[in-house]
Amino acid sequence: MAELTYIQAISEGLRQEMRRDPRVFVLGEDVGVYGGAFKVTLGFQEEFGAWRVIDTPLSETAIVGGATGAALMGLRPVAEMQFADFVSCAWDQLVTVAAKQFFRARTPIPIVLRLPSGGGFSGGPFHSQNPESSFAHIPGLKVVCPATPEDAKGLLATSIEDPNPVLFFEHKHLYRRIKAQVPDERYTIPFGQARVHRPGDDAVVVTWGAMVHTAAEAAERLAAEGTEIEVLDLRTLIPWDEERVLESVRRTSKVLVLHEDTRTGGFGAEIAATIAEKAFEDLDAPIVRVAAPDTPVPFSPPLEKAFIPQVEDVVDALRKLVAY
Amino acid sequence: MSTGTQIEVVMPQMGVSVSEGTITKWLKQPGDPVARDEPLLEISTDKVDTEVPSPGEGVLAEILVQEGETVEVGTVIARIGAAGAPAAPAPATPEPVAEAPAPVAAEMPPVAPPAAEPEPPTAPPAPVQPEPVPAAPSGNGKTFVSPVVARIAAEHGVDPAVVPGTGTGGRVTKKDILAYIASRAHAAAPPEAPAETPPPEAPPSPVAPPPAQAPPAAVAPAPVAPTPPPPGTAEAAPGETLEPMNAMRRGIAEHMRRSLDTAAHVTSAIEVDMSRVVALRQKLKPVFERDHGVNLTYLAFVARAVVETLKDYPWINGEIRGEQIVTRRFVNLGFAVELADGKGLIVPVLRNAETLNLLGIAKGIADLAQRAREKKLLPDEVQGGTFTITNPGGYGTFHGTPIISQPQSAILGTYALVKRPWVVQDELGNDVIAIRPIMNLTLTYDHRLVDGALAGRFLRDLRERLETWDETSY
Repeated sequence: MAELTYIQAISEGLRQEMRRDPRVFVLGEDVGVYGGAFKVTLGFQEEFGAWRVIDTPLSETAIVGGATGAALMGLRPVAEMQFADFVSCAWDQLVTVAAKQFFRARTPIPIVLRLPSGGGFSGGPFHSQNPESSFAHIPGLKVVCPATPEDAKGLLATSIEDPNPVLFFEHKHLYRRIKAQVPDERYTIPFGQARVHRPGDDAVVVTWGAMVHTAAEAAERLAAEGTEIEVLDLRTLIPWDEERVLESVRRTSKVLVLHEDTRTGGFGAEIAATIAEKAFEDLDAPIVRVAAPDTPVPFSPPLEKAFIPQVEDVVDALRKLVAY
Repeated sequence: MSTGTQIEVVMPQMGVSVSEGTITKWLKQPGDPVARDEPLLEISTDKVDTEVPSPGEGVLAEILVQEGETVEVGTVIARIGAAGAPAAPAPATPEPVAEAPAPVAAEMPPVAPPAAEPEPPTAPPAPVQPEPVPAAPSGNGKTFVSPVVARIAAEHGVDPAVVPGTGTGGRVTKKDILAYIASRAHAAAPPEAPAETPPPEAPPSPVAPPPAQAPPAAVAPAPVAPTPPPPGTAEAAPGETLEPMNAMRRGIAEHMRRSLDTAAHVTSAIEVDMSRVVALRQKLKPVFERDHGVNLTYLAFVARAVVETLKDYPWINGEIRGEQIVTRRFVNLGFAVELADGKGLIVPVLRNAETLNLLGIAKGIADLAQRAREKKLLPDEVQGGTFTITNPGGYGTFHGTPIISQPQSAILGTYALVKRPWVVQDELGNDVIAIRPIMNLTLTYDHRLVDGALAGRFLRDLRERLETWDETSY
């Protein structure tokens, strides 16, 4: 065990995978000599050589297309998008080719796309997005959104093992803000198993990524008022742990779905719809969504604060929900 | 009241028209581990008896409805807890709260039992009713009932309007209704010696329920018990014995009464010379037995002739539905089968009998009758009949007036086949007396739909078919 930050856990996990499996290699913009925009792969080229830590041209299409071809030839590429926002450039390679290859030809595409995502540092509209729902909508892709250092390491190992294209959303805001004890040895965390971040019976917050910590802080404040809120971390959106969510709904009958992505068409809508379909008779209040408004992410710090759901927003919504 | 780790076992819906079931036997006791789909209990409905598999895995935590009790479909009858969870002690006697007519309790003021009526052996309806008037909700006085509150209210027979609400605008929350039910069950629990409890002499003044903080986990939720006449209200006079009506008997009783209250019953009878049928049966019986393992009965012949005749009489195979007359291109033939214990009767249905020849009908009847006696029919095999044949003649009776199986329009009775002196014409056209096997048939029909002349023609054609039965034509 060692205390690692979220980004250290990702870095260490990736290094372990590369050490144990020669098929694993990384590619991306400035991942080699420079060590990656966020230094996740710092020192990797020295250890693994330039052929396993490949600096690519500034072309996300080339990165994802190259990774897909390498996967077809039996390798296990881990491709880094400098920012998750840039994955849109590779939409066609990812959505049209990689996601559908197994369906068309029964040839698996075991690629991992590491996607530094999320706001909170005034990165503005091109460096702060959370585009997970766009890809959750595409059959053939898996979507992973770790919230803790332990999960980041374990889920990365599972992602590399998985025979499908996996989008690994790393939240930039968590990179150096959270630390936790992380096992030294390699371990995997199965996809589709939600994690109870904090127990409670009065209402449940279903969330993932950085919002897990926002929800937990809101829950702590309400605990001081005698209300116990469960915080359920989905960990992976595709697949998502429907059964565990429905269990919480049946028990608490009050649900708040929280995400940093914008509201309309966000993955919270899918969760809310599923709850309404499968647990309607267990609801004691309307399902509440707290999410970013439907605008691009603003640069200005006060505007960005107004944009990203804050602890106060969640506290207010939970108070209303509990009192309903 | 956290029941998150518990699985509720409910009285299952066994067939479309079945609304309640009786628990005949619990195969597991509280504390026993159960696997998913493992038989948990046996139930009896007015149609079938069957085993109920466990809906999940764990330990049977508590049994809420005891053997012999009848509850509506959907009622929670037991709870299964996680493995290792302690089991609630099973009540030694039938759950006393089940005796309280829960669904009506909220609306009706309690009435003192008539003086002449013997004191019921179990606790009288608990004097918690009438319910306390809840704090008037703000606004227009209406309160929104959330889906979960609606469901809990229905499960426990509670009117949400009487539950004090603490939610926004006085809304009844899930916690409110659970606390209310817990307090009600607590208040309804009878004292140790119920026989010594004086019955309530007068409508008691409204009693506030105990504080909602009563430990909910300790209280069994009151099962919904709209059971018609509560067992135990009748008492045996000297020399009499009492036995409870089972679900089938109650079903029969209800159906017979309802049929007489619905249809205008009229019966017509006809005598049929069965000489040809007897001769043909003698010839075919060993063949059917040898080649198909089927016992060829007279019923099969009558059924085959009935199905053929019904094609010309769609109203006799029809039904009145609202203001409409329903006719069909098919015949689902019901036939009454007495159960092996002599304590009931079931009417399995031979579907699409119009597609079957004599062999098919004989086989179908034999199979359904066998499974009916063994109580192995599926719910859908006792539903959807369009015409019924009953055979009360097995013991020699020569006439009867059966009751129509609703919503059908007619029922045919077959009676004893007897050798009788019969006037026939010899080859010269002279009347002579011969000995012939005669069977009486009756058609009891709903005179609302079927006129006497129509019934007469139906019986005439049926007789014609049976008397001129030709081996090659069936």
